[in-house]
Amino acid sequence: MILVDIYDMASWWTLVIALQVIVISTYFFWSKKKSKQYDPLCNGKAVEWNPIPIVEHDVTIEEPPLMGKIDDNVLNVGSSSFLCLDKEEYIIDGALKALDKYGVGSCGPRGFYGTIDVHLDLEERLAKFLEVEETCVYSYGFSTIASAIPSYAKKKDIIFADECVWFAIQKGIDASRSTVRYFKHNNMDDLEEMLAEAQRKRELNPRRRAFLIAEAIYFNTGEVCPLKRFVQLARKYKLRIILDESLSIGVVGKHGRGLTELLDVPRDEIDLIVGSLEHSFATIGGFCAGTHFMVEHQRLSGLGYCFSASLPPMLTQAAISALDIIESKPVILEELSEISKKLNSALSRLKHFTFRGDEISPVKHIYLKKDDLTDRLKHSYLRNITNYCMEKGVAMTVAAYLRDVEVNCPEPSIRLTSSRKLTDDTISLICSLLDEAYEKVGPKPELQPV
Amino acid sequence: MAATVVNGCDGTSEMISPNKPQDCNGKQGKLLNGKVNKYENGFVKSTHLSNGDTKWSSGGVPKMDWSAYDTFPGSFEKCTLLTAALTHVGLYILMFLGFVNQLLFKPKVATEKNREGYATLYDPFETFFSRYLYRRVRHCFNRPICSTPGAELTLKERASDDRNWSFRFTGEERRCINLGSYNYLGFAEGAGGATHAGVRAAVRRYGLALCSARAELGSTPLHQELERTTAAFLGVEAALVVGMGFGTNTLGLPGLLGAGCLALSDANNHASLILGLRLARATVRVFRHNDVRHLEQLARAAVAEGKWRKIVIVVEGVYSMEGSIVPLAAMVALKKRLNLQLYLDEAHSVGALGARGRGVTQHAGVAPADVDVLMGTFTKSFGAAGGYIAGSAKLINWIRAHGHAHTYAHSMSPPVAQQILSAMRLLDTPAGQQRVRQLKENTHYFREQLREMGVVTLGHRDSPVVPLLVYTFSKMAATVERLTAHGIATVGVGFPATPLNKARIRFCLSASHTREQLEQCVRAVRGVVAELGLAYSRARPHKRSLPA
Ligand SMILES: Cc1ncc(COP(=O)(O)O)c(C=O)c1O
Repeated sequence: MILVDIYDMASWWTLVIALQVIVISTYFFWSKKKSKQYDPLCNGKAVEWNPIPIVEHDVTIEEPPLMGKIDDNVLNVGSSSFLCLDKEEYIIDGALKALDKYGVGSCGPRGFYGTIDVHLDLEERLAKFLEVEETCVYSYGFSTIASAIPSYAKKKDIIFADECVWFAIQKGIDASRSTVRYFKHNNMDDLEEMLAEAQRKRELNPRRRAFLIAEAIYFNTGEVCPLKRFVQLARKYKLRIILDESLSIGVVGKHGRGLTELLDVPRDEIDLIVGSLEHSFATIGGFCAGTHFMVEHQRLSGLGYCFSASLPPMLTQAAISALDIIESKPVILEELSEISKKLNSALSRLKHFTFRGDEISPVKHIYLKKDDLTDRLKHSYLRNITNYCMEKGVAMTVAAYLRDVEVNCPEPSIRLTSSRKLTDDTISLICSLLDEAYEKVGPKPELQPV
Repeated sequence: MAATVVNGCDGTSEMISPNKPQDCNGKQGKLLNGKVNKYENGFVKSTHLSNGDTKWSSGGVPKMDWSAYDTFPGSFEKCTLLTAALTHVGLYILMFLGFVNQLLFKPKVATEKNREGYATLYDPFETFFSRYLYRRVRHCFNRPICSTPGAELTLKERASDDRNWSFRFTGEERRCINLGSYNYLGFAEGAGGATHAGVRAAVRRYGLALCSARAELGSTPLHQELERTTAAFLGVEAALVVGMGFGTNTLGLPGLLGAGCLALSDANNHASLILGLRLARATVRVFRHNDVRHLEQLARAAVAEGKWRKIVIVVEGVYSMEGSIVPLAAMVALKKRLNLQLYLDEAHSVGALGARGRGVTQHAGVAPADVDVLMGTFTKSFGAAGGYIAGSAKLINWIRAHGHAHTYAHSMSPPVAQQILSAMRLLDTPAGQQRVRQLKENTHYFREQLREMGVVTLGHRDSPVVPLLVYTFSKMAATVERLTAHGIATVGVGFPATPLNKARIRFCLSASHTREQLEQCVRAVRGVVAELGLAYSRARPHKRSLPA
């Protein structure tokens, strides 16, 4: 201030400018000099450079069974086409018509002539179906939530997530670089404690975005999120909710609108709903649903949305046709939930296995009762069991995980999916086959877990 | 893996040029002068010790002599100071107007309800940018079409009654020549397309999706065949395919790199590569676009640090925003000399470059096996979707086991896989080879014509992506509007995909364009260039130094 008093304004500015010139030019010369610095590799010193090769060592991988060769005469209880729409004539016909009209690929991202009228149709139909303001369609299920999370959550933000969220959510959280806290699976008390603690430590404050991330039905456990309590906590501590409804939209609720419909939670309480077209809808892709305010943002900043070619039109048309079927015949949803329930009661009678998965959930995880095995042995045991069942005409799969990359790798399990094609007979066949296989095969330790 | 000791200069003697003897100590330098220049077409014989440990004793590793390689980074004409200044001023005026606008009027956008007291969800600058700058040109993006994105497309016309806050369909359709889609080889075909019979059969046989990951129940003989064919097509041992090109990078890179690895990444790399590297937790250092000298400098410094587990160069074949082609032969030579690894994303180059459409490796005369990881997408040249990673059988096994796609991502849709397979097979027939030649011809013709107009185009002569610099946002929008009126669909690219003042129009050529169509385009572009004053180039046409 004194400076300003002594010199008049003009010279004060001259000083500032002169200073800037000096700083910039020294910086400029400095950086010039630096770029001519001596090169360490050429200057006498011995340098040892031992890069590890790009492939660190040989790995053997388990050969997965080949579908297409076998699925005409086996019962598939591993893939997640719950409503069995995958070979529905109506859908195939629609897709082939779209093939004639649009070709296969869309040849561009949404911004650059990759927006085809079927995409807009599907978005509108999904929005109407879910009773939300807006939806946006991604071209791959995995990338949907993995792109949605980092488009909102940034480096300085904080995320609270369930410890059992599936891998794409974990990667989305990684990509956001936010601080993350994982709470115990479906344990709302633990979450509340964590939130209260965070508030005490001022980690939750009005300048820091905070998010709660969960799955409606957990892919890794088959359990249902206690959504009501979850929403209460979010509102109490002012967090926004991102809910992955991949396994619940087109599965639960009277019209198939997901867990929000089933538990009667107003959809605007959930800030962003993320769904997948790769399960019940039996095609490829995913979508985000919510208010205009939320969803529009992704059209400019969802990486997987902006920088990837849009969903092939024929697959988009397939999703529209699937919606047609779900909307016109909601009774198939009831059938499915009936079967999921039956499956639970049958699985509870298994002799050698325990299982996890709520009644309404279309996925169930089956674990070995035997507790004295390492995870690796358990995996190979289960793998042998599925192989045995495959030979007997039932295709199921051991849930595949990358053990050392998962945040909290689940215990090895067989992931069974319920679907509309199952009957009382096939369910009891599956159960008896499981028990039979358990007795017939054993663990083969030389098999590597995937 | 026994460590091999190399006496600096000897091990790589063939690469030292006579005019740089100072790189080595004198005696050896002289000795070597006799037997230099064993290059053939800029292609360097492999003399390095592959994948073994390397120890360079005193004397060090000589620097590369770049004069032996084609290191042309692509044509990047600098704009005049005046243009740059005007562009900036224009931008500031727009921003100022936006600011005033924001003060006076309530923006017509949705706001968040029932979230009082929450942290604001969006960055204020981002919001401001999208409301007051991006909105003005919004009508140039996300334009819906209702046809195949082939040589021509049908635009669904939109109109806005409120200055682009919202759009409505006018119900009209406009047939345009398509210079916007990545349909390099013309495989985006409607009814009667060359690949359709196969695709139909695949749909009937396998359905539209398998609803399972590859490692679980998502594999079919079709996928395996596609992987074998891709590997054979590229001339490597094995390949793996993923249902999304973006996902191939973001799910594949974390399997290859990890903490303690260094990635030397081109400044203009695609978002998927950047995200993949972030997810891999690798350290990233960025070198100037296509600048091998800068890359060498960074690489040498990094090797000297001696703390990295791996150093991987991450580049693309053809850069989609710059239209430039990577100087691959030079990079391969550098990587061999310093014992680095190379990850090459061929999204825009596979199919589109090389005498037989094998991509930038063939274009640059590099053996595919010299690139450690070949990645590419099927979205562009093959008119499908998805991506691949190809390389040695060992590598592919490793990525299956450690990358994320094989385990978690649902497998590629069978009709899409079949489309790729059919297109790839077709490419090796005379008709397919004709497509590759046609694309090259079209590219040369179009670039030539633009050059004569005196506009600034970027990139290499052979690259089917032709960016035309217009610098300002407003000129970008004006150009796109006018070209549409002339029946030409093209895209403008501006911030955030490019630097703020480097807005451009991008033309993507295709083998399916006929000469008449291209002539029509050239006429229209010439008119717009004259009208809007886009002839920024100061180089006289015949003086341009583009390598033939
Ligand atoms: C270099 C590069 N890599 C990856 C991709 C993503 O490919 P896809 O559109 O198939 O997801 C693109 C697409 O634009 C690209 O340019």
